[in-house]
Amino acid sequence: MASDLHADPILVRPLQETTWRFYVVCGVLAVIVIVGVAGYVTQLQNGLAVTGLNDKVSWGLYISNFVFFIGISHAGTLISAILRVSRAEWRRPITRMAESITVIAIVIAAGFPIIDMGRPDRLIHVFLYGRIQSAILWDFVSIFTYLTGSIIYLSLPMIPDAAILRAKYRLGRLREFFYNFLARRWTGNRLQKMSLEKAIGMMAVIIIPVAVSVHTVVSWIFGMTLRVGWHTAIYGPYFVVGAIFSGIATLLIAMAVFRKVYHLEKYITLKHFRNLGILLLVLDIVLIYFSLSDYLTAAYGSETQEVRWLEALSTGPYAFLFWGTFIGGFIVPAFLLGMKRTRTIPGIVISAILVDIGMWIERFLIVVPTMAAPQVPFDWGVYQPTWVEWSITAASFAGFALLYAIFSKIFPIVSMWEVQEGAEAPSEVPAPAGQVNA
Amino acid sequence: MAESQEWQVSRRRFLRIVSGGVAAGAVSLLLSDQIFEIIGWAPTDSRALAGQRKQWVMVIDLARCNGCGECTKGCSREHFVPQGQEWIKVFKVQNELGAEYFLPRPCMQCENPPCVKVCPVGATFRRDDGVVLIDHDRCIGCRYCMAACPYSARSFNWAEPAHTAEELNHTYSLEEPWPHRVGTVEKCMFCAHLTRHGKLPACVRACTAEMGDGAIFFGDLREDAVSNGVETIPLAKTLRERGGFRFKEELGTLPRVWYLPPRSN
Repeated sequence: MASDLHADPILVRPLQETTWRFYVVCGVLAVIVIVGVAGYVTQLQNGLAVTGLNDKVSWGLYISNFVFFIGISHAGTLISAILRVSRAEWRRPITRMAESITVIAIVIAAGFPIIDMGRPDRLIHVFLYGRIQSAILWDFVSIFTYLTGSIIYLSLPMIPDAAILRAKYRLGRLREFFYNFLARRWTGNRLQKMSLEKAIGMMAVIIIPVAVSVHTVVSWIFGMTLRVGWHTAIYGPYFVVGAIFSGIATLLIAMAVFRKVYHLEKYITLKHFRNLGILLLVLDIVLIYFSLSDYLTAAYGSETQEVRWLEALSTGPYAFLFWGTFIGGFIVPAFLLGMKRTRTIPGIVISAILVDIGMWIERFLIVVPTMAAPQVPFDWGVYQPTWVEWSITAASFAGFALLYAIFSKIFPIVSMWEVQEGAEAPSEVPAPAGQVNA
Repeated sequence: MAESQEWQVSRRRFLRIVSGGVAAGAVSLLLSDQIFEIIGWAPTDSRALAGQRKQWVMVIDLARCNGCGECTKGCSREHFVPQGQEWIKVFKVQNELGAEYFLPRPCMQCENPPCVKVCPVGATFRRDDGVVLIDHDRCIGCRYCMAACPYSARSFNWAEPAHTAEELNHTYSLEEPWPHRVGTVEKCMFCAHLTRHGKLPACVRACTAEMGDGAIFFGDLREDAVSNGVETIPLAKTLRERGGFRFKEELGTLPRVWYLPPRSN
């Protein structure tokens, strides 16, 4: 029965009490979202002419944001699914945080191709006339699969928590609707528990290849064209690693925020930051390795087009962003995460923020310079994003934070039953030697 | 225990429904062509049938082109091309030896068109006479074709184009896609509406009108002859003898536009 589960008041308190600060933050975020909506309305009225896009650089901020948010969505998969499959016990307090990032980020990301469309009124054509030969269709299929799978994967472990909350707390009609929806028939008997564990275990295995496919296919939108900088086989793995990299960084930032705001110091400890920080470091190094492979291959062969593109990145108009990202987003975090003295919570969170900023610029540098590079003998394309694009971009980040904040008010952001289960069952796997303890 | 019974049964039923659904889906996918035929929904895209046995091809003699830009103007007049777009664009090329020449670039009407390959909705397609067209009723404006085109031959209507009364009076068709529409992609289409009636494309006529003996030739690959309106030259022989080439041949797009080098011999 549900009664053998108890809820830690610390975890339930965010659902019961909301401070004025929370409302202020949500209000500010909502205003940013409204400005972005106004930007989009302007764009709907006047066409994409209100953006800085043009015939040479026909994809810009919107597509960069799309790639970035799909990347962020990989947080949930890795942390939750891979750690679950590998039975890493320390994952328990952070799985839900990670999984909810996934769902919210996919929803935000999926909006961008539609915002970028010249004729959003014809979205239905993708279903009526979809051609499976087009990488955009691959994207549609894999993103919808990923979204569906992620929602299931997020919802399953919420069932026992919903049962506790439903049985023991009165939290208003809206939340009770969710709890009832999830846990109406949950009694917590052995068979149900077994089925749930099995379902979660299966979803964890299924979701990993789906997640890998998503960012691979996003990279193939670019990789399948014949353009300089895009047409390379490394793009699939490059995007996947970059995605997990930025996903972990986002999760670390979320952990720091929730820990502080909801007083979760007991659950989210230095150990969690350090373990994830080391994962972040590993992915950072892999990404540096991939970048070197990509750029060196292009530079050494020095085909005319490749040289032009590399010059634009390294010494031309994009040099500041390029070197800024490489040093600030890749190298500096590697040192911060690598050195014991800076592998503290503030050090790790600063690295995570640097990584996220770096990865956003990296996405921009993937999309724009290649588009700007001349294909026929003429001048470089110029792209100067307008307020419409910036406002929609800001709105997407604010919307992400807002949805995340609201989610944390509907469900406990730490999975109560999983943490409890972890505490009750003595870990079968002994902690590896040298593991950092909080 | 009654509850657990129900649980198991429903799972079995669930599996049965899922596997049945998958099987039905697979079978219908395999049979889809036949099914479409039975219900009269032809799997072949009827838009792709030109209705005449031609294989259109263009030859541009760079040795003759003086960069006057009349071809662009003629094209724009013919198709009411929206402002800011040049469906045939003349580039000034300069190599490091100081040689200068002009390179007019229409749509290459590739035999292996990267734009058609990537279109998610089949809005752009290659007709059986070798012309690549755009269905402006279907285009969703994703601009993937523009990203994929190695020749930058495509333009986008970023805003509602400025219309003229004459353009607005016209009825839209695939070969004459005006009035132009916001949010869709545009490009050269070898003047499919003129060649259908045995007329030369607008750029060819404009070039010949300006120069007396034009730099742009047009014709049917199967007839092995191209004409600028004044003179008709053999196709294969000219290309062979004067070193004809195609733009970015190495990409394997197989353009239907050939160039003759800027200085002959």
